[in-house]
Parts: sequence; C-alpha cells; structure tokens
Amino acid sequence: MTCADTCIGVTALPKPRGRLSESVLARLGDQPTHATGLPVPESEEDAAITLWTLHELSYCGFEDVDDGAERDPDLFRVRCVLEDDLERRLRSRWPGVPDVHLATGFFDWVAAHDGPSLARFVQTKATEDQVLDLLRIRSVYHLKEADPTAWVIPRLPAGPKAALVELQYDEYGAGDPERLHHALWARGMEASGLRPETGAYVDEAPVEVLEQNNALSAFGLQRRLRAAALGHLAAFEATSSLPSRRMAQGLERLGFPAEMVAYYTEHVEADAVHEQVALRDICVRLVEDEPRLEPDVWFGAWACLELENRTARRLLDSWGVS
Amino acid sequence: MSRPDVYLCPGGPMLLRGEHVVVDDDGTEHPTTRPVSAVCRCHKSRSKPWCDGTHKLLPERLRP
Repeated sequence: MTCADTCIGVTALPKPRGRLSESVLARLGDQPTHATGLPVPESEEDAAITLWTLHELSYCGFEDVDDGAERDPDLFRVRCVLEDDLERRLRSRWPGVPDVHLATGFFDWVAAHDGPSLARFVQTKATEDQVLDLLRIRSVYHLKEADPTAWVIPRLPAGPKAALVELQYDEYGAGDPERLHHALWARGMEASGLRPETGAYVDEAPVEVLEQNNALSAFGLQRRLRAAALGHLAAFEATSSLPSRRMAQGLERLGFPAEMVAYYTEHVEADAVHEQVALRDICVRLVEDEPRLEPDVWFGAWACLELENRTARRLLDSWGVS
Repeated sequence: MSRPDVYLCPGGPMLLRGEHVVVDDDGTEHPTTRPVSAVCRCHKSRSKPWCDGTHKLLPERLRP
C-alpha cells in the first residue's frame, strides 16, 4: 500500500462493544435486510463505537459494506440520536461563553485551559512502547485530519469561506498528494512499523478517543454546528504548534524514523500559521458576519480542549503516570 | 472587507499571503512555501525566519 491509497475502504469493521454496536455491525456486515428495531446503547463505549462506525460510512466506508448503507434510514436515525446525545452531554459539561474578547483574548483563554500534556510527556519521559500506543490511537484522528472541517466550507459566508479554503489547501498538501497531511502521517506510521490505513487501530481506542473523533465529525456533518466546527479548528490549531515541536523532540530522543518526526516538524510551522488564520480570518470574521454564532465558536473550542484533556488523562493513567 | 497580503498579528507573527522571499540577518533568502506564511516577530522562534508559536510562551510585555 502507498500513502496515497489510505482513503480507500480497506478497513475491516471494528469489534462491537455492546448490544447496539453488535446489531449495527451485523446489519452492516452480512444482514443487509435485517429489519427489527435497533436497541439502545448499553454504555458510552457502545454508543461511541457505533457512532464512529456510522460516521465512517460518510468518509471512506468499509471493505465489504455497501456504499448505500450511509443512507439506510434506520442507521441514519441511530446516527442522529447518538450525535444529539453526545452534543447534549458535552453541552451539559460546558461552562458557557467566557467573558473574553474573541479576537484579542482567545489564545490566552486556550492557554489557561491547557490540561495534562501528552506531548510534554513524550518529549522527556515516554518509553518507545508508550509512544507506539499513542501513535496507534492518534491514527484514528490523523488519518482524517482536515476532512471533517472540509464539510463546513459550503455553509459559510465569503470571507470565512475563502480563508478556510486557504487553510485547508495547505492541509491537503497545496496540490501535492505527497505533502497532504494525512499522507505524511501514513508515511510516518509505515516507517514506524505500524499499519497506515484508516481505522486500523480503532479497536484499541478508548472511549475518550472515540468521542473526540465523533464530536468533530458531528460538528462537521451538521450545518447547525458549523460554528462549533470552526471553534474546534481554532482551538486545535492553537494547541498544535508548540506541542508538535515537543513530539518531534521526543520521537528523535527515542530514535523514531525521520518520516514520523517530519510529520510533527511540518506541524510546528504549518500550525503557527493556521492558528492565526483560523482565529482571525475564519472565526472572528464568521462572528462579524453572523454574531449569533459566537457562543458555538466558544462551545466548539471548549469541546476540543476538554476532549483532549480527557484523552490525555486516560492515556497517562493507563501508563501509570499521575 | 479587504484581504491584506501582509498582516501583523497583535502579539504574534507577521502573516504573508502568496509568494515572497524573506531575507534574514545573514542575507540568506527564504522563499515562502505555503499559501500563507507566518514570519517570527518575537525573535525567539527556533525555526526562524518562520514563526513556531514561541511568542505565546513570552510574558505579554515581551510579545511583538
């Protein structure tokens, strides 16, 4: 497989994590005419792997699953219920719009919400096995990278739309498939002896990681949540440049291949640009055009930081690091 | 609203849109390679002449 081939439906379906995912996966796998009602999720894990699987139908799909499954009305209904439930849980934890000026106070607000840093741990202390754990889990996100946000483009007024395309053009390699960010990631995975294809390690992903991915897909897929998708983008970019430097240093410390290091060094400079564009030219201009969307910009930004903090705590706990 | 080719981010880098060549203190030429590039203004970047986000670690009075 080459890196350019990563977005083909090569991934097998994930393993179920409860009654709902069992039913949905059975329906996708070998029982296309299965007509009985689908059960409610038995846990957050069950809900999260189900929603991840249903979202995947709108990205690259799965080997051996009919492309028409994306629009199966019963499955689509499940997707909507699970997305609404995830959003409701996030909004119930959200402290609300902060008393901060978006254009001038956003970066300091992000810095104040920084949680435990996986990048700092990788930089100085992590073992090779811990970093391999992290890369496998991060691959669920990095093989999509800019894709969920691309769905927002047609829903924006001219100013933020042009700026988002400008940012995405860089994410997608500025016309060169070899520089496409998720191709850089796939090359780094292969060089590190890991599988580069979409979803290869989703069965290892804890619920926190699945929800992190599901929230981003849910924001991207729903026009109503377009401002949350862009707030998420701004917070993600604002927490990428310096941590990417730390990741690169940690990978070099442990002797990881140059291709994996290169993914992170690319993001040091790229995201120092993207964080400025995402805030000033995309979010601030969107709010100037549509002031009623400002709360969702903050909600999306908070969700990005909150979900990353939960993921970091979960992984550090699993490694016995307090 | 106009779309500037050069934008000075308060407390942060200078954004350059399009193709430019940046000359550093040693006279070395650095052509831009992205649709938008960020040039360091805090003098602390480890990727000079490009911004690497280091300005965010500086106290406010030392930011550009």
